[in-house]
Amino acid sequence: MKYVDEFRNADLARAVSAEIAGLVDPNRHYKIMEVCGGHTHTIYRHGIKDLLPDQVELVHGPGCPVCVLPMGRVDEGIAIAERPEVIFTCFGDMMRVPGSRGNLLEVKAEGADIRMVYSPLDALRIARENPDREVVFYAIGFETTAPSTALTLRRAKKEGIENFSVFCNHVTIVPPVRALLDSPDLRLDAFIGPGHVSTVIGCRPYEFMPADYGKPCVVAGFEPLDLMQSVLMLIRQLDEGRCEVENQYGRAVLWEGNLKALEAMSEVFELRPYFEWRGLGFIAQSALKLSADYADLDAELRYSTPGVRVADPKACQCGEVLKGVLKPPECKVFGTACTPERPLGALMVSSEGACAAYYNFGRKSFEKVEIGSR
Amino acid sequence: MSEGREQRVLDALEQNRRRPPKFTAPRIDMSHGAGGKATHKLIEGLLLPAFDNPALAPLSDAAVLPFGDARIALSTDSYVVRPLVFPGGSIGELAVNGTVNDLAVSGATPLALSAALIVEEGLETEALTHEIEAMAAAARNAGVTIATGDTKVVERGKADGLYVITTGVGIADPELNLSSASVRPGDKILCSGTLGDHGAAILIARGDLELEADVLSDTRPLTPLVQTLKETAGSGLRFMRDPTRGGVGTVLNELARDSGYGVVMWEERIPIREVVNGACEILGIDPLYVANEGKLLAVVAPEAADAALEALRSVEGGEEAGIIGEIREEPERMVLMHTRFGGARMIDMLVGDPLPRIC
Repeated sequence: MKYVDEFRNADLARAVSAEIAGLVDPNRHYKIMEVCGGHTHTIYRHGIKDLLPDQVELVHGPGCPVCVLPMGRVDEGIAIAERPEVIFTCFGDMMRVPGSRGNLLEVKAEGADIRMVYSPLDALRIARENPDREVVFYAIGFETTAPSTALTLRRAKKEGIENFSVFCNHVTIVPPVRALLDSPDLRLDAFIGPGHVSTVIGCRPYEFMPADYGKPCVVAGFEPLDLMQSVLMLIRQLDEGRCEVENQYGRAVLWEGNLKALEAMSEVFELRPYFEWRGLGFIAQSALKLSADYADLDAELRYSTPGVRVADPKACQCGEVLKGVLKPPECKVFGTACTPERPLGALMVSSEGACAAYYNFGRKSFEKVEIGSR
Repeated sequence: MSEGREQRVLDALEQNRRRPPKFTAPRIDMSHGAGGKATHKLIEGLLLPAFDNPALAPLSDAAVLPFGDARIALSTDSYVVRPLVFPGGSIGELAVNGTVNDLAVSGATPLALSAALIVEEGLETEALTHEIEAMAAAARNAGVTIATGDTKVVERGKADGLYVITTGVGIADPELNLSSASVRPGDKILCSGTLGDHGAAILIARGDLELEADVLSDTRPLTPLVQTLKETAGSGLRFMRDPTRGGVGTVLNELARDSGYGVVMWEERIPIREVVNGACEILGIDPLYVANEGKLLAVVAPEAADAALEALRSVEGGEEAGIIGEIREEPERMVLMHTRFGGARMIDMLVGDPLPRIC
């Protein structure tokens, strides 16, 4: 695949790997968090941890928008999906996320009309084709997917499509990172910033990380070489005593972001005062809802969702695992009340979450594989 | 955390895992049909204990039943593909090849098939004729007869045009002892060609994705490939499977679990067409879990592997065969893949349907 394979080149990987190994201080431990779930996926898929020296540890962050959705929001989506007049549309990976009494896949089996779409525009098309039904799109994702929801809502309004609405669960990346940084027991040295989110919001929103918390941040692309290079850039910063935001993903990310996308978002959305994150609790101004101009298309108002809060069990310690304070098996509910089949916390929902990986593969999930064993 | 406590947690998990699964879902959902963990729970938690018998217990592609001095292989499969006709094949051809292949990879020579048709009211005769002719041609090509059958018509809306169920019988080769218990560390894993073609062709043919790519289903009978392997590897042939639903990732996980050994693969040796790789990349699915309908996975003793590979490559449908991995002592009961990029990754069994990722 042209323009992709170049960023998966094993020879270049070895060269960067050697450069990192040569640069690290043998007596220092570098704990780097990749904020974004897409990065976690790349790290697993290409086995990046095996190419890093022992001193460098990658900690998987809170950036999987599906996993961090609290049970209450899943339950509310399910309540809407169960209405007989509704065609409920959502992205594929939302189907298995557990609410307090099952997931969308199970509700579909009970007879709800739930359809998987690849884009909110597909949901709008379904609304056009089914004028006698109510079509609801379950919007999820960080700033990456929010612009496409915004543009779809603009189009729905312009075309006057009244049988379409959006159940908005868009979240923003900066507040949870700030919440992590605010915690006194944080054990992280640096951050790999999310590439796709940054194509929309740019690099400026991360400037508080070095400025207020003294943590360097490199915005990275999603191919394995992007991540290797970002680690190298962070180690360089740490070793040289620099602390700043750098952009590794210059081929897609502008420092100022995508102004058109931001403009659409600011027209269609406004910040919620607070939003609950699975395993992390309530975080102020960390999510979006539809603005007053788009209230007509807001599923939350159209169906007056009860806003029931389903408490995460107190024993769930995702926050501690995320901060690097606990290892997955040290969590009180790991493997007992919280399993990949019936997850409680965000880190057990996705197969790449730290807890799910540990559950499936034990110590192998973070042991390095000797390259010599090939 | 103390090593001791961590080990206790891991031991408890392992014990849990070895316990026979219980099927507790209140209803069947789509994940139970996807060939991954949910399907396993359904089969091992509900069907296996109820039918409880030694022929079913190994859960192989075909049951092998003793009959006098001979051993009879028996296999059945239902075909519910949409659309009925797709690039590279159609449901009729698939229904014959699929069951022939389940017999072939069990080391049996297919003899005859039964075919049951569930037809939806309103299906055009032309479409039905096309499938019947496709079945007849596929049977001729695979050297089997369709010896008996059944037809049912259900009301409009109760079936996707046509469902086909085929059952096949064959005579198992008395010389072969194919089973996960026969594999040994050092054995090589052979794959007869490119992976993911069938699943990718179907996904694209459904047209939900507005994606256009030139991918053909790989549906074909595996009998010539299996015959060649038997001739060249002989008793060095330990285990065979056709990686249909759930793909190679699922088959190799089953092998690792059932044999107790580790399966190690090399990404750079796994043949995947550029266009299939590209389609999977866009859809956010992993080609290792995508279905194949004309590919063979075989575990062969190391001393027989090179000759077996060369022979496979000389047979039509096996030109792109390769040795993609091997059996190791470690990691016990797990599948590990060395990535092209230079690292390694654990390959899990598919949890549900391969659902696309949003990010």
